[in-house]
Amino acid sequence: MILGQSSSSRIVSHAVLVTGAIIMVFPFLWMILASLTPQSEIFDGSLLPTPTLHGAIDNYGTALSAIPLLRFMANGFVVCLAILVLQIAIAIPCGYALAKLSFPGRPILLVGVLLGLLVPVQIPTIPIYIALAKSGLLDSYAALVLPWIISVFAIFLFRQFFVTFPDEVLDAARLDGFSELSIAWRIMLPAAWPAVVSFSIFSIVAHWNDLYWPMVVITNPDMMTASLGIAYFRQAGEGAGNVGALMAGGVLVTAPLVSFFLLMQKHFIRGLVLGRH
Amino acid sequence: MALANDIPLSSLAPNTAGSYRPTRAQAQAGIILSVPATLLLVALVIGPAILVFFLSFTNASLGLAGIQFIGVANYTRMLTDPGFAQSLRNTALYVAVVVPTAIGWGLLVAVLIARSRFAVLYRTAYFLPVAASLVALATAWEAILHPSLGFANTLLQLLGASPVRFLSDPATAIYALAAIGVWQLVGFNMILFLAGLSTIPEELYEAATIDGADRGLKRFLLVTWPMLAPVTVFVTVMTIIRAFSVFETVAVLTQGGPMKSTSVVLYTFYEEGFRFFRVGYASAISVSFFVFVTFLSLVQMRVSERRARWKANGGQ
Repeated sequence: MILGQSSSSRIVSHAVLVTGAIIMVFPFLWMILASLTPQSEIFDGSLLPTPTLHGAIDNYGTALSAIPLLRFMANGFVVCLAILVLQIAIAIPCGYALAKLSFPGRPILLVGVLLGLLVPVQIPTIPIYIALAKSGLLDSYAALVLPWIISVFAIFLFRQFFVTFPDEVLDAARLDGFSELSIAWRIMLPAAWPAVVSFSIFSIVAHWNDLYWPMVVITNPDMMTASLGIAYFRQAGEGAGNVGALMAGGVLVTAPLVSFFLLMQKHFIRGLVLGRH
Repeated sequence: MALANDIPLSSLAPNTAGSYRPTRAQAQAGIILSVPATLLLVALVIGPAILVFFLSFTNASLGLAGIQFIGVANYTRMLTDPGFAQSLRNTALYVAVVVPTAIGWGLLVAVLIARSRFAVLYRTAYFLPVAASLVALATAWEAILHPSLGFANTLLQLLGASPVRFLSDPATAIYALAAIGVWQLVGFNMILFLAGLSTIPEELYEAATIDGADRGLKRFLLVTWPMLAPVTVFVTVMTIIRAFSVFETVAVLTQGGPMKSTSVVLYTFYEEGFRFFRVGYASAISVSFFVFVTFLSLVQMRVSERRARWKANGGQ
């Protein structure tokens, strides 16, 4: 027990928690209600929007037809998946080598990784943008994916995980004729599975929701990701001023991630806590 | 590989990479496995960071052909530019509102949740904003804060107050964004505090009870708060960095307006670098940003180190 408890303090604490929880959930609730309400009735002076069937059909219809929302979501999905797979493919072997193999340059690489952890993501973006522009790669999946395939955080996380792995098991595997590469994939990856899951959720949430980088490298609506698509929808075409349709788009873009989070809550929270060390 | 030697060696000193005899095959494998990461680290993080440092001393611009070294001119411009001073002030104001509120609220929620029967339910509710698409939810907030007919103003009018033009009044816009920022960060801080709380040994509370601190605030001040100090330092640094990096809500809701009242540092950097293509100047802004973040991280490391040493010396 963190605090001593009496029934009056328990009531106060519930009141505080419930009030806060309502504030946290309220924008979600409002977004869902407004997405089901006809545009003309959303701001009619009542406290909350009142959903109707034709309002729902109208709003979701507009969100899906006025802009290529499904295409935005597909783009976001492809980009997140590509980033994640490459991040893991690059970080697992490196984390294993840093934790368990001695090779020339290892101390320097370790210092590089620690330095990399300090660099805010916005710092390298100007040179990377110039490089992408010069090679004609703006407005492409490559532009959205490439800058993120090295995750210093993932290397660091996996290395921390691998350091405690018993060396005897690795020696036994080597005796059995495993190569170092197959040790990395067939022994270390499964061993690090909790860290891999935590990191995956972390990475997907970050890149699905990212607005900064897509805003920098994408101008062609066909290449927009979900977040950028919603931002674009606000300003362009039928979305501008159509709050109902905008909220329908918001629900569609938010739903996959929030349901994913609700399913994976435990892992996600573990990942955040792991990331602290 | 000298297999016969490896086994006794590693059993002498397990769990460290140093326990291996660096055989040639292993060294080779180590290099091969780490080469992709090393190259990408140099190409995408460290190299560009160094390049930005050099660019910050030039007049580089995407439209301009030649690049000239202009010394610290970008930095002096930054210090004298009233627009940048304004964005620093806006950011400072945002940070000053968001950091204490998001930390205090996160701590309060964590402490209250830790003894609640509905912990999972509360935790989920408070955490939802962290997982949600901020762009979509910022749009919902905008509608809730609608200058005349939004929920917030309807509520104010029911209570007899006059309406507030939250996002379109220069006097309130930055506070409205700060409120959204707090809303988004509380859950994140709560989780970190919950993790910290779970490491406090129950015996400390028993000891506190014997010493007479058996009720709420006393227990909190005597046991919980000091034990949470390292987590608090970490949460504070993280929250400052995240508040200092506010971007999405500004980019979506206000674009720095009205009347520059929400032009914050990162948004100014984005505009200078990617809209006006003043690469040299934008680089100087980002170098300053980096120095600030590194400084905070070093402070955090120093504090946690001192704390660890103090603990090791028998402090409690």
